[in-house]
Amino acid sequence: MMDPLTLFFITSGIFLGWSLGANHAVNVFGTAVISKMVKFKVAAIIAGIFVTIGAVIGGAGATKTLNDLGSINAIAGSFTVALAVGISVTWMTKLKLPVSTSQAVVGAIIGWNIFTGSPTDFSSLSKILITWVTSPIIACVFGYVFCILIEHILKKAKIHLLELDAYTRVGLIVVGAMASYTLGANNIANVMGLFVSSEPFKEFSTPFITLSGTQQLFLIGGLAIAVGIYTYGYRVMVTVGNDLYKITPISGLIVVLAESFVLFIFSSQELEKLLMSLGLPTIPLVPLSSTQAVIGAVIGVGFARGGAGINYKILGKIATGWVIAPVVAGIFTFVALFFVQNVFEQKVINTVEYEINSSVIKKLNEDGINVNQLKDLSGQRFSSSKKFKESLMSISNYKEKELFSIFNYSTVDSIKVDSAKLIQYKKRLVFDDNEINAIKNLHGKIYIHEFEFIDALKNIYNKYSINILDREFQSKQNELINIFSFNKHKSNNKE
Amino acid sequence: MAIFFNKTKKIELEIEDYLDLVEKGGLVYKQGVKYYFDKRQEEFETKLNELRKIEEDADSLRRNIETKLYIKTLIPESRGDVLGLLEHTDKVLNIIESSLLEFSVEIPDIMVDLQPLYLDLAENAILCVDCTVGGIRSYFRNLEAVRDFINKVQFYRNETNRLAEKIKRHIFRTPDIDLSQKIHMRYFSYHMERIAEEAEDVCDRLAIATIKKFE
Repeated sequence: MMDPLTLFFITSGIFLGWSLGANHAVNVFGTAVISKMVKFKVAAIIAGIFVTIGAVIGGAGATKTLNDLGSINAIAGSFTVALAVGISVTWMTKLKLPVSTSQAVVGAIIGWNIFTGSPTDFSSLSKILITWVTSPIIACVFGYVFCILIEHILKKAKIHLLELDAYTRVGLIVVGAMASYTLGANNIANVMGLFVSSEPFKEFSTPFITLSGTQQLFLIGGLAIAVGIYTYGYRVMVTVGNDLYKITPISGLIVVLAESFVLFIFSSQELEKLLMSLGLPTIPLVPLSSTQAVIGAVIGVGFARGGAGINYKILGKIATGWVIAPVVAGIFTFVALFFVQNVFEQKVINTVEYEINSSVIKKLNEDGINVNQLKDLSGQRFSSSKKFKESLMSISNYKEKELFSIFNYSTVDSIKVDSAKLIQYKKRLVFDDNEINAIKNLHGKIYIHEFEFIDALKNIYNKYSINILDREFQSKQNELINIFSFNKHKSNNKE
Repeated sequence: MAIFFNKTKKIELEIEDYLDLVEKGGLVYKQGVKYYFDKRQEEFETKLNELRKIEEDADSLRRNIETKLYIKTLIPESRGDVLGLLEHTDKVLNIIESSLLEFSVEIPDIMVDLQPLYLDLAENAILCVDCTVGGIRSYFRNLEAVRDFINKVQFYRNETNRLAEKIKRHIFRTPDIDLSQKIHMRYFSYHMERIAEEAEDVCDRLAIATIKKFE
């Protein structure tokens, strides 16, 4: 039975989901509904279904990037951060500042990192920042190319106006469904990604379907988005659906198609696998602002039609949002966490222990980090990230990037391999016989750090010639860590 | 899905049928005027009745199309333009019908040497209508071809102007006929000219609707 307090805590995520649905329905079905090509009820039902499917099936990729940036591992912390994001976005929107939830969430996670003394992963952060800039540009390119292509086809095909109208309606529905799916897959990270590390749900299994704790969170988030679309989407379309969406239905179709492609490439793990298997560089999976993708695509369509009527001021507004949204949300989060922890006495971070040993030092040395002074801390166990950080800073002035690596390797995970636990997983075809035989070789072994277990697992997979893609290995390794870890998130000491 | 496309196809065919009726109305009108001048009274009356029937059918078909376009909220961004084009084309057909009806009611006595000019005027006025209908058909399928039809309408409209003026000058410079007959003959050339004038108005609407589609 779920703890009622847990249910209460995820309400802030549900609120974020509702707000996302209400505000973003316009990005997938805005033109279709405003131009009366598709009835709002039809649009809302299709969008609701596909957003939820997208969230449950494809939400993991972008969520992982957010969790790399900062793993909020206590439910009260997740609640506070999500609430701070919701409040700050609502407030900034009221002030007519062009902000998006995707950007506010990043600032809020950094706010949590600063408050709890956890280091920020700068490689994830830079990945996210680059994506903010590139996504509207890519949407613009897609919008331009699709516009040229579709107009060329229409010119050649000489379709009757009424037939074109019918095709456009079908197109708007199909593309709207695609965009809804990708919106769910990409933006669920903003809604429920903050709760993933605190793992409020256990796995739910029936003979037909098995939903992991994360998928259950995404399902709730997806449904919240769907309710948001149905209950408030129309009002937003009519009142906020400004000139941006008052375009011809065919332009609308091109714009939504471009938007869905952009959201897809920044959230699809399947595409990532394909690129990896072809030896090509992968695209970071990051939650994006669908509104900015729409703006990019509209500009692309404008360029394809000769560039008249493009409002370049809007580009400056987008860039302003990149700075304002994270900063305001970060400050809000910091203040909110202070209140929740000290006034309401709720635990906003679960204790994670840190220990530096010879294998950690070896790993850090391989990464090019100066480990001479670190040897002084070898063998000591630190019960909080703040204390660990203070100790590290007292021996050397480490940069944030170095701190992140030290924290990452030193985290105590305590993994004990018990191959008997794998039997139930075999049934679900997560691991095949060969893999289970390989893992059996590690039976009974105990690892203090996660990376030690991963290295051992990699070796054993190599030994047994099990060839799988990196992303697949990563998901299996995470699954195994969840199965074998015996102290993960069990510590309940207040920071 | 197939039902959805079938319904669209049906309305598309109805629009085509409607435009066919307008074209047919023009042909019947030309025949009617010819029979009138040839004094083939019975055949003339048959043509008039045929034209009345065409006008009635076109009227009900247009109403049917309009209702369907509204009820099914089809082509929402160009519906106003399309309805405007269909309504004004119907007005052209009304003028064609009333022009032939007036021949039957008022039995004008047109001078024999002017009759070929009247026939030429009727021919050019109906060519105006035909090109307008062609332009509307292109508006639905091939926007770029609309311009060609608009140019042709302009040409035939100028021709009707010229012919009507020639007829009027000829009438009022002929000394041996009554003024009442002169005015009566002028009135009939004016009616033929009105057909081209109305077709030109439809064409102006068509030009604007086409520009809107290119935006």
